[in-house]
Amino acid sequence: MASSPRELTQNPLKKIWVPCKNGLPDRHISQRRVCMTNCPTLIVTVGLPARGKTYISKKLTRYLNWIGVPTKEFNVGQYRRKCVKTYKSFEFFRPDNEEGLKIRRQCALAALGDVQRYLRDEGGQVAVFDATNTTRERRGTIMSFAQQNGYKVFFVESVCEDPDVIAENIVQVKLSSPDYIHCDTDKAVEDFMKRIKCYENSYEPLDEILDGGLSFIKIMDVGRRYLVNRVQDHIQSRIVYYLMNIHITPRSIYLCRHGESDLNVKGRIGGDSGLSVRGKEFAECLGKFIRDQSINELKVWTSQMKRTIQTAEALSVPYEQWKALNEIDAGVCEEMTYEEIQENYPLEFALRDQDKYRYRYPKGESYEDLVQRLEPVIMELERQENVLVICHQAVMRCLLAYFLDKPAEELPYLKCPLHTVLKLTPVAYGCKIEYISLNVEAVDTHRAKPENVDISRLAEEALLTVPAHQ
Amino acid sequence: MSKDQAELTQTPLLKIWVPWMSSSLSRRRGSSVPQFTNSPTLIVMVGLPARGKTYISKKLTRYLNWIGVPTKVFNLGQYRREAVQAYKTFEFFLPDNEEAMKIRKACAITALKDIHHYFTQEQGQVAVFDATNTTRDRRADILCFAKESGYKVFFVESICDDPDIIEANIMEVKLSSPDYQDCDKEEALVDFLKRIECYKMSYVPLDDEMDRNLSYIKIFNVGFRYLVNRVQDHIQSRIVYYLMNIHVTPRSIYLCRHGESELNLLGRIGGDSGLSPRGNKFACTLAGFIQSQCIRNLKVWTSHMKRTIQTAEALGVAYEQWKALNEIDAGVCEELTYEEIQEHYPEEFALRDQDKYRYRYPKGESYEDLVHRLEPVIMELERQENVLVVCHQAVMRCLLAYFLDKSAEELPYLKCPLHTVLKLTPVAYGCKVESVFLNVEAVNTHRDRPVQCSCHSPTGVMIFTVISSFFGSSLLLLQNVDVSRDPQDALLTVPEHI
Repeated sequence: MASSPRELTQNPLKKIWVPCKNGLPDRHISQRRVCMTNCPTLIVTVGLPARGKTYISKKLTRYLNWIGVPTKEFNVGQYRRKCVKTYKSFEFFRPDNEEGLKIRRQCALAALGDVQRYLRDEGGQVAVFDATNTTRERRGTIMSFAQQNGYKVFFVESVCEDPDVIAENIVQVKLSSPDYIHCDTDKAVEDFMKRIKCYENSYEPLDEILDGGLSFIKIMDVGRRYLVNRVQDHIQSRIVYYLMNIHITPRSIYLCRHGESDLNVKGRIGGDSGLSVRGKEFAECLGKFIRDQSINELKVWTSQMKRTIQTAEALSVPYEQWKALNEIDAGVCEEMTYEEIQENYPLEFALRDQDKYRYRYPKGESYEDLVQRLEPVIMELERQENVLVICHQAVMRCLLAYFLDKPAEELPYLKCPLHTVLKLTPVAYGCKIEYISLNVEAVDTHRAKPENVDISRLAEEALLTVPAHQ
Repeated sequence: MSKDQAELTQTPLLKIWVPWMSSSLSRRRGSSVPQFTNSPTLIVMVGLPARGKTYISKKLTRYLNWIGVPTKVFNLGQYRREAVQAYKTFEFFLPDNEEAMKIRKACAITALKDIHHYFTQEQGQVAVFDATNTTRDRRADILCFAKESGYKVFFVESICDDPDIIEANIMEVKLSSPDYQDCDKEEALVDFLKRIECYKMSYVPLDDEMDRNLSYIKIFNVGFRYLVNRVQDHIQSRIVYYLMNIHVTPRSIYLCRHGESELNLLGRIGGDSGLSPRGNKFACTLAGFIQSQCIRNLKVWTSHMKRTIQTAEALGVAYEQWKALNEIDAGVCEELTYEEIQEHYPEEFALRDQDKYRYRYPKGESYEDLVHRLEPVIMELERQENVLVVCHQAVMRCLLAYFLDKSAEELPYLKCPLHTVLKLTPVAYGCKVESVFLNVEAVNTHRDRPVQCSCHSPTGVMIFTVISSFFGSSLLLLQNVDVSRDPQDALLTVPEHI
């Protein structure tokens, strides 16, 4: 069993050491990042209408995808809308509407079929089955399906009796639903309340005793209380932690980069330089902007690099330094211009353009590494209310991708210009974004993906998209 | 509006940027320490005897201290043992024993006073009040106490109705308690069960309705189920997450470093070199050792660095690579020998010896940074069962400090020699450590704090070689960690190399 250790070779893109045979990577089990789970997980929402199931499903899906767990949500309501072209009234949902029941059951099965395809053929790891699933019978069907396919099941139940919260939900997301598109507001609300009533009589909440063998989290009153039963593995533990940290209190998150730095002006990446004259001007403007916004109890976060701290200092408010917010480590390329990188490391430069998300600088980091290091920042951002994060280009791209649900391919090319504040406000199922340029000139540091990413390309082709600098 | 933006200066040890204030009276606005909570937190345990309250208290305290939150346990039983010198029988705990009740209440008050002192005079941030706290009255008193001083309260209740678990608890920790020192095991068990009965009658668990405004977590049957109510802030959220990830299933954690590397031989730190021939030999021997241990479902973890992966490769089993397990980043000192560091960065070298835990290499990391990056590893280790972690010297020191509850001062000097496997097995309230040297020679990479004898005149300084002590701290001799020290003093404790 124990043989002389195999030779290792370093994968040129990700800089991961893998065993090789004759200089080529050998087939090898252990290349994955931290293993989240051995088998696919089926998350099943449970709860009456307007309890936040879809809000939770979408948010959770966004989070899991961001941390690198391929996840997809399957909303049974959408299947129903495809099947029954036009929604007439709540009567469709009456428990004695046989026709309606048949269609709804078919839709659920269709959705499960797609879940199976996603987890088996499309590389999915987690599927979120978003429906009311309010009866033990329906949940039993889903459990059988999961067992046949070898999926782990985790239920997420949302229980809420606060009429204000329910009313607010309806206003925020139901009235604009395709079901009520041609409806007058009052009529829509009335119909929806009757719809909820249809489910109430047959609703069997998850029970500590009767369902004691299942894995679930019961969220009560929008997060005031949680009941967590039988967490099976790492991913479920992470899901529980996430769900316990999110809230729906209205707030805004402000993202911006440090003011223009001396190295920015020279077109050099990384380093730990101070602000340029224009950068200092921006910091002052930022201070004024923040004061004008009159934000309630604003928290200010910076990285531990000089330029973000200098920027925060101009605000004259307390701030917290996070090492996790430091800019991506460019390793051997630190403080180089793109021209110098092309000259000294043309191969590296090309590899980066081939897969900017996964590419790791020699002795440095990749965007993928950045996301992992930023996860605690995201978790704390979820807990907090109004926060201003003063960070860096690559870091800001990662955070923005989380809030705007951008995939790995787009993330490294998101536009995050200097001297611009992004104000993110959660609304309905997503995030409203406002770009506010503070009108202080700065260099452009955004390098778009060039057309030719081949390692055999010419220097000019590689440097085509490099922004101007001194 | 600030007209002059403060110039920044970087603190030499921590490498933190701070405003360069001409007036030393100016308060620094930027905090570089994560703000876990604004006010001190009082964690209050609740539950019948033998429900794991002390186990949880100690473990939680160990974790919080390790992540940098000053925490201390206040165990009421200890206060009682101090007040009542010799324990006789369970009768002390009978609800109608007025004399005893008086003493017990007095002990509680003393404990709370000590907690107050810990928060106000000793910079404590979290106190764990480890007692049964089974009545609503007692809990109300505590809430009152906390409210007066502005402390946040978080209850941790452990509920267990499985008689096997309770008996196992009693066997593991009660029979060896000072209370039952001179008792026969059978008698002790009988007495303790009667003790539990004394509490049962007046036990009022935290109630969904009546206590709905309190912040708490209820743990059922060692983690099957949890009820979490009103988490107030970040530290409580972290505490809940931690408590939900720990378990008591017996298992062992194996820690070792990669086999001796090429750079180790040359006395160079950091880098990403491969194994030396002896390192390769160690890897093969490690494989044999692991096999001989017949470990059930062993998981193997490595870092992303060549030397740990090469070591794991020899085991012939699946392994997982964690970037978080990479060796401490020595920044500008990467791949230098200590002699070269002394030559090129004498001031940095001295600063490091002054506070090795907090010292950050220029463009690199500190041990404090390492702990922060290793936290998810520890969390996952808590979730797992049998695991072998193949890592690096600084990383292993951090992990070991967590398991053995070593302070920040001791951590960077823990002995983690090459080619030695440490087997950690949780037992009672702590961890049993077995050190297994696999009989393959390797260089020594441990550098102690350099010392200088204080009793000699400056002109004729006598220098003593530090004899390696397990705890790595020199109690009797002054350390020469001054920036102005002689290079010879600095390099005194550097181990031999090519």
